[in-house]
Amino acid sequence: MRIVFKTDYMQDIRPWKDGYQLSLYLILLAIVAAAPWVLDVFYLGELTNVLIWAIAGMGLMVLTGHTGQASLGHAAFLAFGCYSNVILLEAGVPFILAFPLAGLITGAIGALVAIPALRLHGIYLAIFTLAMSILVDDIIVLTEPWSGGVSGKYIAGVDIFGLTIDRWGTPTLFYWMVLTVTVIVALGYINLLRSPLGRSFIAVRDSQVSAQAMGVDIARTKTISFGLSCMVTGWAGAFMGMFAGAFNNETFSVVISIELLMMIVIGGLGSIHGAFFGAIVIGFLPQFLSISKEYVGAVFGGSTVAIPGLEFGIFGMILIAFILLEPMGIYGRWLKIRTFFELFPFYRKDMFKRQKSYLKTERLR
Amino acid sequence: MDNVQLLISGLANGCVYGLIALGFVLIYKATEAVNFAQGDFMMLGAFVTIGLTNTEYMGLPFWMALPISVGIMAILGYLLDRLLIRRMFGQSQTAVVILTIALGFVIRFVAGLIWGHEPQTLQNPLAGREISFGGLVLGMEDVAVIVVTLLLTGGLFVFFSRTKLGLAMQGASQNQLAAYYMGIPVKRVQGFIWALAGAVAAIAGILFAAKGSVDPATGLLGIKAFAAAVIGGFGSLPGALAGGLIVGVIEPFASRYIAAGYSQIAPYALLLAVLVFRPHGLFSQVRVKKV
Repeated sequence: MRIVFKTDYMQDIRPWKDGYQLSLYLILLAIVAAAPWVLDVFYLGELTNVLIWAIAGMGLMVLTGHTGQASLGHAAFLAFGCYSNVILLEAGVPFILAFPLAGLITGAIGALVAIPALRLHGIYLAIFTLAMSILVDDIIVLTEPWSGGVSGKYIAGVDIFGLTIDRWGTPTLFYWMVLTVTVIVALGYINLLRSPLGRSFIAVRDSQVSAQAMGVDIARTKTISFGLSCMVTGWAGAFMGMFAGAFNNETFSVVISIELLMMIVIGGLGSIHGAFFGAIVIGFLPQFLSISKEYVGAVFGGSTVAIPGLEFGIFGMILIAFILLEPMGIYGRWLKIRTFFELFPFYRKDMFKRQKSYLKTERLR
Repeated sequence: MDNVQLLISGLANGCVYGLIALGFVLIYKATEAVNFAQGDFMMLGAFVTIGLTNTEYMGLPFWMALPISVGIMAILGYLLDRLLIRRMFGQSQTAVVILTIALGFVIRFVAGLIWGHEPQTLQNPLAGREISFGGLVLGMEDVAVIVVTLLLTGGLFVFFSRTKLGLAMQGASQNQLAAYYMGIPVKRVQGFIWALAGAVAAIAGILFAAKGSVDPATGLLGIKAFAAAVIGGFGSLPGALAGGLIVGVIEPFASRYIAAGYSQIAPYALLLAVLVFRPHGLFSQVRVKKV
């Protein structure tokens, strides 16, 4: 086990622990950036999809994982980001401006939504956001002149400084663009977490009462958290629209919201890694299922007919298993495995054991 | 007269929402957890009954199948608590919410595997019969739905406010540790309440399947029942029923008098409005703790 001796404050708040850890992440980044030379077009597309989901996951993670506000309505903000991006592009705004603006607009809407949502907590907030997510479908249909309604909208390639970036025409460029945004968002997230604002997010998550006693303005913190979360989610939505090429009112359904929340739970709530792990599961589960279905069909001689709802059924079972057996998600499991090897042979079973807790009512606050 | 007809059919629909909402509220009252799979429970209850009575499946007599399917759903609810929910004991509400959403996915998948994805109706003796008085023509199913719902809500209300077990349940929800100290077997009480919620879901499912057709996606109706429960204020049984009735009545009137496209928004818009202006429902139970 490596022990890092911290000798000054700057070293303590540095985003990386030591040069070894930093070099590991740089190597990972180099490998991911070199992916277009290794993978074929199909898997490159899948990897792009995973990165887009990871951006959305980071967006939700700020709110749910670090501020403790469960949202079942983030598909609404994906839709806002996607549509505002396209509408700005159609109005003649260059992509390099339209894309950041789409996120900012979504963030502003998110902060507005947060104002009534501030009075809610726990399940009431979840239901509020759920209702919002359902309403978005109807709102898109009603605002047909801008949104295209049921027939939807299309988006072709975009131009950045004369380079045409298109998901189908130039998948490599599209991949690098998504990767760049992912890295920027992740770096911003890491920096946020070591700033006073990020610390106050975590304080609000762990105990509102003690956060308030420490001088954290809860309403302001939650609003900023909502805004930041929705901004990042809006960017992810803009990318999702460009990745799909065509979308309408049903693209960003409530199921996407639920999937997004489940994704970060599987990945591991309260860690940036979790957003990426969850995105990998979500991104590759359909492929994995179809491959394993073929395999099962070949071995047992059964037919390979599509079973409707199979994907969600399996997804639900995986999720139940995770919540019961590993509530910290994939990242939590990884931490345990790593600690096991670092401390070998001194790892004890109860090292990550949680304290026993009893539920107290929310009806008396 | 037209409006009265709309009102009655809305009330009957609302009763089904109210019954699902009742399931939410039962579990919330006793365990302070929210069962997002309650709508899927209802769907499963409907399919179990269809599987027992309809001639293409087992073909049991209707009145014999009723108690069996209610019993099956109660056992299922108990097992669910025993195997899954009990292991979440003391964890945050959000974890339970996510667990039950996942459970809903699984239930929908399993129901689709067993009974297929085609809409099916329950063959029942009340189907097609009508009673008319004063120029009103009422379907027997609608009347049955309303009567059964009223009886059930009344019974449960008395159970929670008058009986020892009901009070123990309320105590267990407010403070688990204190309830232990008072000698309440918290875990057994929770198992019982999940069984009860399963039974209520079965009844809701039977009524729903008798009125119209069910398919595995029917469970998503639970979201509307949510709106009902929230409007009524989680934690109040008559409130849940009232919320269900409000949502049920608003729907036919909205689709009649408001332009298409806006009408289906009505229940959710009401839900948002209630949450914004009265965050804990019309029949709120939240009080600020006095130290």
